Amino acid sequence: MSVIISTLIAILVLGSMALVFGAILGFASVKFHVEGDPLAEQLDALLPQTQCGQCGYPGCKPYAEAVANGEAINKCAPGGEDTIKKIADLLGVEVQPLDENHEADNTPKVAFIIEEDCIGCTKCIQACPVDAILGTTKQMHTIIADECTGCDLCVDPCPVDCIVMIPIAQTPQNWQWDLNNIPVVQLD
Amino acid sequence: MTDYLLLLVGTVLVNNFVLVKFLGLCPFMGVSSRTETAIGMSFATTFVMTVASLLSYIVTTYILVPLGLEYLTTMMFILVIAVVVQFTEMVVHKTSANLYRLLGIFLPLITTNCAVLGVALLNIYEQHNFLESIVYGFGAAVGFSLVLIMFSAMREKLANADVPKPFKGSAIAMITAGLMSLAFMGFTGLVKLS
Amino acid sequence: MASVIERIKRGHFGTFHGGIHPPQQKFLTSDKPIRAVSIPEQLILPLQQHIGIPAELQVKVGDKVLKGQILTHSVHPMAVPIHAPTSGTITAIKNAVIAHPSGLSELCLFITPDGEDKWRPRHICTDFNQLSNNQLIEKISASGIAGMGGAGFPTQVKVSTREDIQYLIINAAECEPYITADDLLIREHSPSILDGINILDNILSPKHILIGIEDNKPEAIKALQQATAENEKINVCVLPTKYPTGGEKQLIQILTGQEVPAGVLPSSLGIVMQNIATCFAIADAVINDIPLIKRVVTVSGQALEKPQNVWSLLGTPVGFLLAQCGYLNKDKKHIIMGGPMMGYSLPTDQVPVVKTTNCILAPTEKEISSPYSTGSKEVECIRCGQCSDVCPSQLLPQELQWSAKAKDQQQLAILNLFDCIECGACAYVCPSQIPLVHYYRIAKSEIRQQKQLDIKAEHAKVRFEARKERLARDKIAREEKHKAAADARKARMNSGSTAGNNEKSAVAAALARVRAKKAGQVESAKSAVPATPENGQKSQVAAAIARAKAKKIAAKTNPATEATSTVNNVTSKTESPTDDKKAKIAAAVAKAKAKKLAEKSLTSIENISIVKKEVNEALSSDAETKKSADDKKTKIAAAVAKAKAKKLASQKEKSITSVENSSASNKVIITETEAKNPADVKKAKIAAAVAKAKAKKIASQQEKSEST
Repeated sequence: MSVIISTLIAILVLGSMALVFGAILGFASVKFHVEGDPLAEQLDALLPQTQCGQCGYPGCKPYAEAVANGEAINKCAPGGEDTIKKIADLLGVEVQPLDENHEADNTPKVAFIIEEDCIGCTKCIQACPVDAILGTTKQMHTIIADECTGCDLCVDPCPVDCIVMIPIAQTPQNWQWDLNNIPVVQLD
Repeated sequence: MTDYLLLLVGTVLVNNFVLVKFLGLCPFMGVSSRTETAIGMSFATTFVMTVASLLSYIVTTYILVPLGLEYLTTMMFILVIAVVVQFTEMVVHKTSANLYRLLGIFLPLITTNCAVLGVALLNIYEQHNFLESIVYGFGAAVGFSLVLIMFSAMREKLANADVPKPFKGSAIAMITAGLMSLAFMGFTGLVKLS
Repeated sequence: MASVIERIKRGHFGTFHGGIHPPQQKFLTSDKPIRAVSIPEQLILPLQQHIGIPAELQVKVGDKVLKGQILTHSVHPMAVPIHAPTSGTITAIKNAVIAHPSGLSELCLFITPDGEDKWRPRHICTDFNQLSNNQLIEKISASGIAGMGGAGFPTQVKVSTREDIQYLIINAAECEPYITADDLLIREHSPSILDGINILDNILSPKHILIGIEDNKPEAIKALQQATAENEKINVCVLPTKYPTGGEKQLIQILTGQEVPAGVLPSSLGIVMQNIATCFAIADAVINDIPLIKRVVTVSGQALEKPQNVWSLLGTPVGFLLAQCGYLNKDKKHIIMGGPMMGYSLPTDQVPVVKTTNCILAPTEKEISSPYSTGSKEVECIRCGQCSDVCPSQLLPQELQWSAKAKDQQQLAILNLFDCIECGACAYVCPSQIPLVHYYRIAKSEIRQQKQLDIKAEHAKVRFEARKERLARDKIAREEKHKAAADARKARMNSGSTAGNNEKSAVAAALARVRAKKAGQVESAKSAVPATPENGQKSQVAAAIARAKAKKIAAKTNPATEATSTVNNVTSKTESPTDDKKAKIAAAVAKAKAKKLAEKSLTSIENISIVKKEVNEALSSDAETKKSADDKKTKIAAAVAKAKAKKLASQKEKSITSVENSSASNKVIITETEAKNPADVKKAKIAAAVAKAKAKKIASQQEKSEST
């Protein structure tokens, strides 16, 4: 008999303690409520913003949101290994090698329209995610090189194949102090 | 007064929870790769340890012992600790989202930190009174923080150093922790607790 | 402030942290006067010899220029003009290797001297004290003067500061080993230097003028003291020899005791510093109207027979000066532009002397080992700490090295990487021979590039968001327009007017037609011929296209028949009675060529260009005979062929593809030959572009099927 009573008391005590603590926590969760999901914004800040879509998402922000929800972190091709490492640091996960579906060629490029071939169809203008192409129907199109992110979404839609991707030239201003790569002129 | 001071010094140095009692090694290894996370974690653990040891003392003395329910000690302590940790997590999330993100999973893992449960149980075992319990809990936390921050500083240097390949990563960290533990053995006999 | 000047007058100076004492090696050139050298055979003038942007070209190839003639025009304060160092002809304006550690090329002017050394008209200024500040600054700017101590900052910007200047400091320290250019200049031309200092005094009106000079130049010190004896304002400060006393922040700290904080210009502390050679150039510019066209260069090193200071014209190739000083390039020893601490190796001896070149070194292997000949002697850091003992900027080179090697940009920012002046003292003392400054330079450039990329990414994000908004706005506007039009139409139709009723009946008739068509579609499934051909020719074309399509599908298994059938197509086409004889001949020629090509294996690029050429020829001959010679047609066809040729060149080599393409190009010929009037010309153009696209699609399909 006393065993049953003491068991009941024990259960009662535990239960009431749990209720009290639960109430405290519930109150605290309301008082300390945090809005929004800053993680997606922080991830977006790490991505290169080329809006190329190679990751499979229509832009960098959607991919950032997907990664915040558990998407693989190794899909950004323009970002390359550096971006994967930064995302891994942010999320506290392991660094993964870049997805094999993407090509490894990461040299920064800018698009260029060969003007003799352009027929003024505006297909490339519709494709550019950052509006870096100037032109209108039946008029010459040209690429604003400073705005071009090198995403090469414009190359495919062109029906006369007049857009090429040119690597950005190395000038003394953007030279990276790679002493192994200095062009040495041979003297006679 | 001297007793409390001696208790504090003894808990921080002589009987350091991490390097002498070998409790709380999970966050010690997991959070110590960067000093910022180590400092954040030490604040969180200090808060949890102090409040948890205080609350568990109160629960034991005024609820469990009068009702003869000492056999529920472990369960109650876990409940108390879990609640305190959850509360801490909410506070950290609100005040510093950056720290919350940096600590990640290790913040709720303070619940399973055996040092916190260890402090609570040791208070009962050592039959500390109210003030002694608080001092003991606080001292344990200070000792944990001290060692954690020192270790994280060393690990940051180790990360950039030329460690031989078989030792890179956790291996050299473990060896360093072992050497630190040896060093702390030098404090033996510093404080004689009667 | 008074106490500082009192201390200076007493000769008590401050000091900076660290510093080293490398062997000075100045004995090689300090006992000989400055030598004038003959005019070289060619002068190479880079357009940019300073920090900032290049000025605009005023001359072109073939122009004859006089000595001192302005060659580029400045439209911006950070653009410094260049002048012709001697009279001659401009033979080229092209990219050439410039004086930069990268060895990259930039735009340079090539001048061939005519030997006459003829000056342009000059206006001597008898008393510069009469000129206003603006006039003085104008003269300095027009004479192309930039900082000659090595940095090359545009002088007119530095002296145009609006701050209240306490100290004008003249940097005569020349702390780097081997270099004696400023030393000799002071000994030989101290009156002119003093004129230059007085001009700067007029412009800036400082409270005190300090000349900082190291004690290893006793003759120069005496010359300066004699020249400035009457001028109370100028103080010649003799400083103990230590490297790098000549660094801007270090010299300021020694002379005034003030430490310049990070990211702050000395002018905001009321201090302006100018190199002593710049003062000489200013005097020449203002008084004698001589622009900056020559400078003193120390040509030194034990690989030379006659190391000496020379008056070098700007643009002189380094090899010329070395030859003048007896350089024996037997073992291809390396050449350094600049001093041994801060200079850089040159990839070729045709690099020109520029405004900032103060020294050219030709050391022997024992003096300074060449980076090309030996492998890296770098070993692990032993954490000795000597590097932080000598750092003049009070940084922690050891920590910087760990973080730079680990690419930890956050930690590098905490350690103030950008306060490093790249003096090389840390690398000099490192017992492990780690090239510390090299690692810092790489890290700095990486951080700079990352900042640029971040700015670009932010910019792209903004544009992307703006574009999304624009598309959303357009969509809403379009929908509203449609809605308004639909409402208007409904209102019209229901209004009961005759126009409205007509619309209603038209709509009803259209609906009835659609229903009838749907019912009849089952029976006419087989005929792919478009309805109502306007003339027999068009139907022939359509039939031929259909046949070609069918054959192409079959051709994927049997290329040979495809070739012959296409060839037959051409033949059948040209046998139509509406073509005239010449067109028939042209078409026959085209057919023969196509047949020949189909038999060859068109894999090389030359063959592809042959295809292109032949297609073009066929088309042009057609165009002529048709008398509807339309430039656009040929251009479009040429573009089509070019694109195809490009596609061919980038694909794998398979004869099927090439045959496909030649058949497609033949189809183009077909469409082209059929067009006669302007409307057809347009249709032909469109058809040509479409055919090209189809060819591309087929080709890419081929590629896909080959790769899978």
